[in-house]
Amino acid sequence: MERGAIVAEVRKAFGERITEVDEAALEPFVRCEASTWPDLARFLKERCGLDMLVCLSGIDRGKGVGLEAVYNLERCDASRVGIAVKIRVPYEAAVIPSVETVWRTADWHEREAWDLLGIRFEGHHNLVRILCAEDWEGHPLRKDYKSPDRYHGIKNNVV
Amino acid sequence: MSSEATSTAALAPGGADLRTEEMLLNMGPQHPATHGVLRVMVRTDGEMVLDCEPHVGYLHRCFEKHCENVTTLQAVLYTDRLDYLTAMGNNWGFCMAVEKLYGPELVIPERAQYIRVICQELNRIASHLLAIGTYGMDVGAITPFLYCFREREKILTIFEHICGQRLNYNYIRPGGVAYDVDDAMLALIGDFCSYFLPKIDEYDDLLSGNDIFVKRTANVGVLSAKLAIDYGCTGPVLRGSGVPRDLRKDKPYGIYERFEFDVPVGSGEHGTVGDCFDRYMVRVREMRESTRIVRQALKSIPGGEIRSAKIKAKIRPPKGEAFTRIENSRGDLGFYVVSDGKEVLYRVKCRAPSFHNISVLPEISRGSMLADLIAIIGSLDIVLGEVDR
Repeated sequence: MERGAIVAEVRKAFGERITEVDEAALEPFVRCEASTWPDLARFLKERCGLDMLVCLSGIDRGKGVGLEAVYNLERCDASRVGIAVKIRVPYEAAVIPSVETVWRTADWHEREAWDLLGIRFEGHHNLVRILCAEDWEGHPLRKDYKSPDRYHGIKNNVV
Repeated sequence: MSSEATSTAALAPGGADLRTEEMLLNMGPQHPATHGVLRVMVRTDGEMVLDCEPHVGYLHRCFEKHCENVTTLQAVLYTDRLDYLTAMGNNWGFCMAVEKLYGPELVIPERAQYIRVICQELNRIASHLLAIGTYGMDVGAITPFLYCFREREKILTIFEHICGQRLNYNYIRPGGVAYDVDDAMLALIGDFCSYFLPKIDEYDDLLSGNDIFVKRTANVGVLSAKLAIDYGCTGPVLRGSGVPRDLRKDKPYGIYERFEFDVPVGSGEHGTVGDCFDRYMVRVREMRESTRIVRQALKSIPGGEIRSAKIKAKIRPPKGEAFTRIENSRGDLGFYVVSDGKEVLYRVKCRAPSFHNISVLPEISRGSMLADLIAIIGSLDIVLGEVDR
């Protein structure tokens, strides 16, 4: 199944629930609402055979837009056909359903996106920080993040 | 285990019950067998591993945040510190993402393409040498380590001559490479290939065919292909499970489609497909393939420019988003870059292969012996620099 066929299948099955499709972009993607994501994820894995979650990138798109999660999916065979799924959520309700039961690697990736960007993945069994210290405050990859002056009495000399 | 426990209890005076109790064992973050600052919480019952949980993040310095504060050219320097054993691959992976933003008009000069391939493959050999050497040490064989480092030293010396650095090269830059390689250097690389190939046979004699080594690694830490894909494992870890996925073949980047090489996969020659031995053996065989590629590249390397004139000293990648991956020593290294047309990238996300490879550890170590846990961690060949970023 080529990428175009996957997009066609997804469109057929989800219709209006797919809010945007861009196949001409450098990184072709489909966009959906957070509420559609669990169904779409299962569909992409089981029906389209995209069995590998290659990467989950959280992006702070700035004021007025919110946070975005980009899932790069791929079929792990010689074709290596894949597509990206983008989901945008507002800052005040940065919640996306977890897909750790669909692709198990999502477990750590979602923890990372929570840690660094503060996107909450609903249904994750253990959504705790993974890279920063447990008692770290704030989410470093947010654009409005200010690094703390002190951490446990250690002065931050980095400007 | 249970039969052993029963027999011990039977021997105890007065029939006292000598049951073993569960214990929580903290391994790391400073432990020679964890290959860096990795902490593994292990729940044990006697010598058995009931469960374990890797804790990562001790080397976290938020590489991605650094990239939002420095120019694109300066960010290349930070990529060196990700997988510090294959810095050439890191440089290339990042530059490839930046170059993709420029679109098809940006053509990388032929000579630079060849130099990139030669450096990347030499670096893969150096990295695998370290992996194999330290892996031998993990399971008790010290001698191969010394031989592996002797060969690795030669590669590092070559790199030192090429770009002045032994580990953090900062050599591959957007649009090409930083310096040209002279003919004497190319001849030296050719000599190294001739010298190195017979050495791989020596490792096979010393380690791959060593009965103790085989017994310590075969049937240990078996990772099924399905589980490996589910956890996003790539590189030798995935190929060890019998899945012949290699980006250099599947989605050739650079000029890899011009070279002839095979993709070694695990076949369970001493045990089960996807055991520690298979992962180890894939690395040994990949070194031969890498040498093959280097030799072919040396034969056909053309003269000419080493940097595209389209990329100026002040790099301002065009607006857009790109995600690219390369086949690094440890698997698919990906970079997701978002540019808003400024000198500083808006967002850089690194998809690190070791991050995926180590996350599968609990699955494949449950029910194994504690000493085998060391063998399993070693066979995954992680670099914490890229796990923690």
